[in-house]
Amino acid sequence: MRGKKTLAEGHSPLAQFEIKTLIPLQVGDINVSITNSSVFMIATVLAISLFLVMGMRRSALVPGRWQSMVELSYIFIANLIKDTVGSEGRPYFPFIFTVFMFVLFGNLFGMLPYTFTFTSHIVVTFTMALFVFLGVTLIAIAKHKIRFFTFFMPPGVPMYMAPILIPIEIISYLSRPISLSVRLFANMLAGHTLMKVFAGFIFALGVFGIAPWAFIVALTGLEIVIAFLQAYVFTILTCLYLNDALHLH
Amino acid sequence: MSDDPDKDILDELGNRLEGARNDHIDPSKVKNNHGLQNGNALGLAFRVGVELISAVAVGTAIGWGLDYWLDTRPWFMLVFIIVGGAAGIINVYRMASGFGYAAGYQKENSSTSSVSGIRVDEGKEDIG
Repeated sequence: MRGKKTLAEGHSPLAQFEIKTLIPLQVGDINVSITNSSVFMIATVLAISLFLVMGMRRSALVPGRWQSMVELSYIFIANLIKDTVGSEGRPYFPFIFTVFMFVLFGNLFGMLPYTFTFTSHIVVTFTMALFVFLGVTLIAIAKHKIRFFTFFMPPGVPMYMAPILIPIEIISYLSRPISLSVRLFANMLAGHTLMKVFAGFIFALGVFGIAPWAFIVALTGLEIVIAFLQAYVFTILTCLYLNDALHLH
Repeated sequence: MSDDPDKDILDELGNRLEGARNDHIDPSKVKNNHGLQNGNALGLAFRVGVELISAVAVGTAIGWGLDYWLDTRPWFMLVFIIVGGAAGIINVYRMASGFGYAAGYQKENSSTSSVSGIRVDEGKEDIG
């Protein structure tokens, strides 16, 4: 056990995902310790606040570079909501913007050396997906009342199909938070593991280590693209679910 | 004297602006509506896999839960694995055919906003 642990700490490509307790805290029976994961979540929230507040501090009419980035991210999400949900999606802008920025900064923080990628943990992504799913379902029920349940019975389907179709539709609906969370988590986990594995080859191959080294350089670029892409996918799926909830189509 | 060249230049600029505007609007619309449909083949394959597996997993979990509750092991689980597989295939079909992730797609004319109408339209173009 002990030998295995030291091996994992030193060389395993999965050691980077290990949760380390930094400040042990216990509230009742619940473990609320400050771990490296929660430290990076706090850092992400602080970084986002800093990025937005400091970027808009001067709020010039002609924006500088920093202010342009802030405005760009705002407009990007605003257009995304306008295109996928429509004008009814306006009230949910703060939530969707928060989700996007949190996932994006979490992914990008993971690209820095010696950091911890909290989006590579299914617990984190599934909790976020579960809140999106519950929130969207509650919005749909609040807006459409009992008509929400016609969602599971497409019109024009013969009645005798209902006993088969309704369970299928319900399972299809319930599988949404899983596919939403697994997509983000698996992409981050796979990318970071792949990088560590290839980084391990560099010294093992001696002079020929230049090949995996070049690969790592390319992979780092790809990983940054994936960090943006997965944040975008998570956000657009949230928007599509919200659209379904508001329009029941 | 200098009226004519100026007018030509302004007309040309007008045309270019018009062209740029059209260029700008069309791709962005297409891109935003098809954002998920694009992407590389590996990403598509991965999404198909996730959609299939997650539905089967949910079906299995529901079946297992019902069995645990009603003490009928393993019958509900066997049934719900198959139902989950069907749900997974429906998920993949919807994803591939451009209906998005909507459960229970309805007729185009019953959609309440023009935005979702556009999405349904473009989804149909994908099939054809």
